[in-house]
Amino acid sequence: MATPAADSERARTIPLDEIDVSAPDLYVRDAAHPYFARLRREDPVHYCARSAYGPYWSVTRFNDIVAIDTNHKVFSSDASVGSFVLDDATLNPVNGGIFLPNFLGMDPPRHDIHRMAVSPIVAPQNLARLESTIRKRTQHVLDGLPVGEAFNWVDRVSIELTTLMLATLLDFPLEERRRLTRWSDVVTASPGTGVIDTWEQREKELRECEACFRDLWNQRSRQPPRPDLISMLAHSPAMQNLSAEEFLGTVVLLVVGGNDTTRNSMSGGVLAQHLYPGEYAKARADRSLVPNMVSEIVRWQTPILHMRRTALEDVEFRGKRIRKGDKVAMWYISGNRDEEVIERPEEFIVDRPRARHHLSFGFGIHRCLGNRLAELQLRILWEEVLERFSRVEVVGEPVRVPSNLIRGFVDLPVRLHA
Amino acid sequence: MPKITYISSDGAEHVVDAENGLSAMEAAVRNNVPGIDGDCGGMAACGTCHVYVDRAWLGKTGAAREGVERDMLSVTDGAADNSRLACQIALTEELDGLVLRLPSGQH
Repeated sequence: MATPAADSERARTIPLDEIDVSAPDLYVRDAAHPYFARLRREDPVHYCARSAYGPYWSVTRFNDIVAIDTNHKVFSSDASVGSFVLDDATLNPVNGGIFLPNFLGMDPPRHDIHRMAVSPIVAPQNLARLESTIRKRTQHVLDGLPVGEAFNWVDRVSIELTTLMLATLLDFPLEERRRLTRWSDVVTASPGTGVIDTWEQREKELRECEACFRDLWNQRSRQPPRPDLISMLAHSPAMQNLSAEEFLGTVVLLVVGGNDTTRNSMSGGVLAQHLYPGEYAKARADRSLVPNMVSEIVRWQTPILHMRRTALEDVEFRGKRIRKGDKVAMWYISGNRDEEVIERPEEFIVDRPRARHHLSFGFGIHRCLGNRLAELQLRILWEEVLERFSRVEVVGEPVRVPSNLIRGFVDLPVRLHA
Repeated sequence: MPKITYISSDGAEHVVDAENGLSAMEAAVRNNVPGIDGDCGGMAACGTCHVYVDRAWLGKTGAAREGVERDMLSVTDGAADNSRLACQIALTEELDGLVLRLPSGQH
């Protein structure tokens, strides 16, 4: 599970200008770390002239990422000038993709209006209301797991718990919840990576998603307001004039945001405690460490590898000339391993001081909206796991998602020890 | 050493003797005042140190500044005209006695 030796060697010797950290196969092998380490040291704001996504800048140091993330006036997220992910086809109608506009791909002032229409769903009062439901479900899922035999943690625990949560937030029919998982995977997929075969297939499935949510929206808008996301949107004055595209774009943002991210932190935490068994023992001996452990899991895993911005003007940044229209990728995975800001960053340390100081939620106005909910779900999961199992052993090689956006797992074979 | 009073949404008071030069976020975090996380370390970039400045003190602290602080508060639930990010309030003797109220459920 360590970085392949070939990648370590190549990262050391390859000419700087040939480094392309956007190649998805790097993330299948979990092999990007040595390339980022070299960029942080030798060329922290790096220009890659040729990639599958065109030329782009990589910002690799923690504090530089914060500087870009908080400078939305120069580094735009708006779909009208680009996208907030490197691959334009994910959200824009180019290269086979369809247009999926949403507030993460907007600059102020529209961004603020749309975001504030959604944010009450994860307000503290609402989270307090959800806590006992989350705990009961987590207990139920964990109690149904076999002890002593191998199974896929991703499917049985991570997907199951996050999809149940998402279905609850949306008040989506529980028995159809795996459709949410499927749509979430389809949004960030491109042909040839195992999820979809063609762009046409992707569009067809996303149109089904749109139709399904359109029905729910129409139904909720006729009923009195309720505290679920679809009802909130259907009754929100700011959301009344959404185009069909914006509607689908907003839905998929909520589905991916509330699903892929927490799912992969739930899996990443298992791999982390397997590789650092002493840390699991520490948390088992002192459960008050769990909230800190959760922050450390979210940092260590970094479920969103990068967010991208587009420069709105020519700008000098750390001695480099970034030109209007250039793509700028903030590699959270690299910033979270920046040894100048985080001590022994590659290690998983449950009682790490200032563990909340990580980049995984982003910073600035686009900071993760659901971070408190994610932390709540992860805290409850680990409280219940620590209560039940002396060890969660990873018994096979993890299978990772082929993506430069989502750092995640398809398969994580584990065996539980009573 | 200015004395700062943080009042939780449930009314609990936390009085802190702050070192000059710290921000109101740093003083809270160092003294374990619950409800202020300061995830970004003081860059006005995460919104986890939102406070309401007691109106009697608003003249001395000033209102939220144009730029990142205002931008963050405009996407923060429950923000009002006396809202500030505590990391952007530098503590000086002049602020001795400052009263800051915390929003409900800010972790």
